[in-house]
Amino acid sequence: MSKTLLIFRHEFLHAIKRTGFIVMTLAVPVLALLAIGIFQLIATTGGPPVVETTTIGYVDEAGGFDGYTTQGHIELLRFDTRDEATAALIGGDVSEYFVVPSDYMATGAIDRYTLKKEFETPPTIATAIKNFLTSNLLSETVPSETVDRIEAPLYLVVTRLTETGEVATEQGGYGNVIIPGIFSLLLALSLTMSSTYMIQGLGDEKESRLVEVLLSSVSVRQLLVGKVLGLGATGLVQVVIWLASAPLLLRLASSSFGGFISTIQIPANFIVLGIVYFILGYLLFAALSVGVGAISPNAREAQQLAMIYTLFSFVPLWLASILFIYPDSPLWKVLTIFPVTAPVSAMLRLGVSDIAAWELAVSIVVLVLSVIGVMLLAVRAFRVYLLMYGKRPGWGVIVQNLRGG
Amino acid sequence: MRAVEASHIVKAFADKVAVDDLSFSVDQGEMFGLIGPNGAGKTTTIRMMMDIIKPDSGEVTIIGEKLSEATKNRVGYMPEERGLYKKLGVLESIVYLASLKGMDRHLAREKADDLLERTGMLDSKKKKIEELSRGMGQIIQFIVTVIHDPQLVILDEPFSGLDPVNTELLKGMLAGLRDQGKAVILSTHQMSQVEELCDRILMIHDGHAVLYGDLREIKSRYRGNSLLLDYEGELGEVPGVTGTRTRRGYVELVLDGETTPQQVLTHLVGRGIAINRLEVATPSLNEIFLKEVGRNHE
Repeated sequence: MSKTLLIFRHEFLHAIKRTGFIVMTLAVPVLALLAIGIFQLIATTGGPPVVETTTIGYVDEAGGFDGYTTQGHIELLRFDTRDEATAALIGGDVSEYFVVPSDYMATGAIDRYTLKKEFETPPTIATAIKNFLTSNLLSETVPSETVDRIEAPLYLVVTRLTETGEVATEQGGYGNVIIPGIFSLLLALSLTMSSTYMIQGLGDEKESRLVEVLLSSVSVRQLLVGKVLGLGATGLVQVVIWLASAPLLLRLASSSFGGFISTIQIPANFIVLGIVYFILGYLLFAALSVGVGAISPNAREAQQLAMIYTLFSFVPLWLASILFIYPDSPLWKVLTIFPVTAPVSAMLRLGVSDIAAWELAVSIVVLVLSVIGVMLLAVRAFRVYLLMYGKRPGWGVIVQNLRGG
Repeated sequence: MRAVEASHIVKAFADKVAVDDLSFSVDQGEMFGLIGPNGAGKTTTIRMMMDIIKPDSGEVTIIGEKLSEATKNRVGYMPEERGLYKKLGVLESIVYLASLKGMDRHLAREKADDLLERTGMLDSKKKKIEELSRGMGQIIQFIVTVIHDPQLVILDEPFSGLDPVNTELLKGMLAGLRDQGKAVILSTHQMSQVEELCDRILMIHDGHAVLYGDLREIKSRYRGNSLLLDYEGELGEVPGVTGTRTRRGYVELVLDGETTPQQVLTHLVGRGIAINRLEVATPSLNEIFLKEVGRNHE
């Protein structure tokens, strides 16, 4: 077995035995299973959920608003005067009340009274009041079906077609975003954890001078490539466990929860691209950590430097809301190609919209080149600063030394 | 073929020249002492030999060639500050580091058992490194250094932190390696250990070679022109002795430069003086070092 493979094997076996790795890898499917189990337990022991009916009062000063007093789970109770309604509100008979003033037809204004401090009227209440008013206004002029359509005129059913005109297997929507969204968050967390682990391991080897023993047997390149690949392989194991458990969990969840959960899909190209980006992300962050570990005198200082690029992996998640509104923004093209943000950006985007093939190709090529480039620099930096156990040199000196080798 | 051949090696760091134009060689089957005070440049020299750092100029060959992956497998190196994976088990550590020296894992396990038994550490083979005392950790580090049967063994301050029992154990094992024809390099500032064990030495100070060559020859070169005499009776005047210095339990006789120790001995025996001890005064390596460093500073 080559020495690089021996180091790879050692690093891989140790990385997957780490408590942090085991907890992180198993926590996702175990927590999901627990959630499903708890939901099923509640569903089977507690019977069907009871929806509470809310009673709100109203005073009709305009006249003619006396029908349609049941709006979903909201019951409307009529009072003759404002004083009666106020007394009922204080007495707790109604949760709030509103007044249809005598000039309502001219102004459209409704006075609403409540005991609660609110930012704005809850949408369910606003909808109930709106539908109550609409139904009463139109009840004698148009058929009830028309009233229903006026109240809910739009139920968009979108079907995505393929270029050949057939119904596409992947329909998009929120159901499509869930898995990529969760995976991109997990990737960002995993990258941060693996960077910390690499820096800690390297720092320990440097501080205990074990690195000198290792380098009396292997070259710097063999040592670092073995380490980086070992960590990359742990990323692969993690993503394979998550991806393998995802369909099973989804099936279990959709049979338990139904509804929205049953619409969750794993985008077709997500599995392959997810694995590619996961591994490349791991390799890039491992290589960066080796470089930072090389130029830092101890693990603590290296961790501070590592914050710079680990924070970058979270940038696409901070900007996720922009992605949902403007999926074709050039910002996302930049984030998908910039190597430090590429893995998380690409994974997130796969769930929201299509990524052009050229963009994926450029992004992957840039990532691969970055991994190689950073690795070469890291090997050089490691060699230059290997025996530096004191203060970290200035950035100018570092650049000068890297140029000089 | 020589175990080590260093030719005019120079290494400078930002603030100082650590090694300045050093040349030396180490033969197979000899114990070689690399000595000097702390900061003399010993460790930098070793790191250049091990290709951990590159010399600015000059060349080092190990077992006849520049250090390569194959050559590394024939070298055992124990650095000054011991480093092993603290969370790893003793046997696991030994087997992993031996496998990096190209050793078969199964064979490494067998050999590790043998070495652990010989060093009285077999009971600790399942312990984690962090559970061992410093001395025990050092013995494990030594096992890691020699398990793959290297032709050249380089030990940086091997006796520091060892108790007398383990020091003797290590000395015995080092002598055994030399007897097997291996080259052993001891780097230390403890000159007494070198005097006891080494055949040849390189003494360095401020990166420069101060003394280099056969230890006995060096010591005889620095031998003073005096005798140490422990006797009973009246010494009186001794021909060829220009002065005497009384020490605790013996007297030092300073010879005139033409008289030999044999002539003094014949004279003393002829006068019927009871002699308990008579030896040629030889300076210790430490005294030689201080003399040389003092001369270099003048």
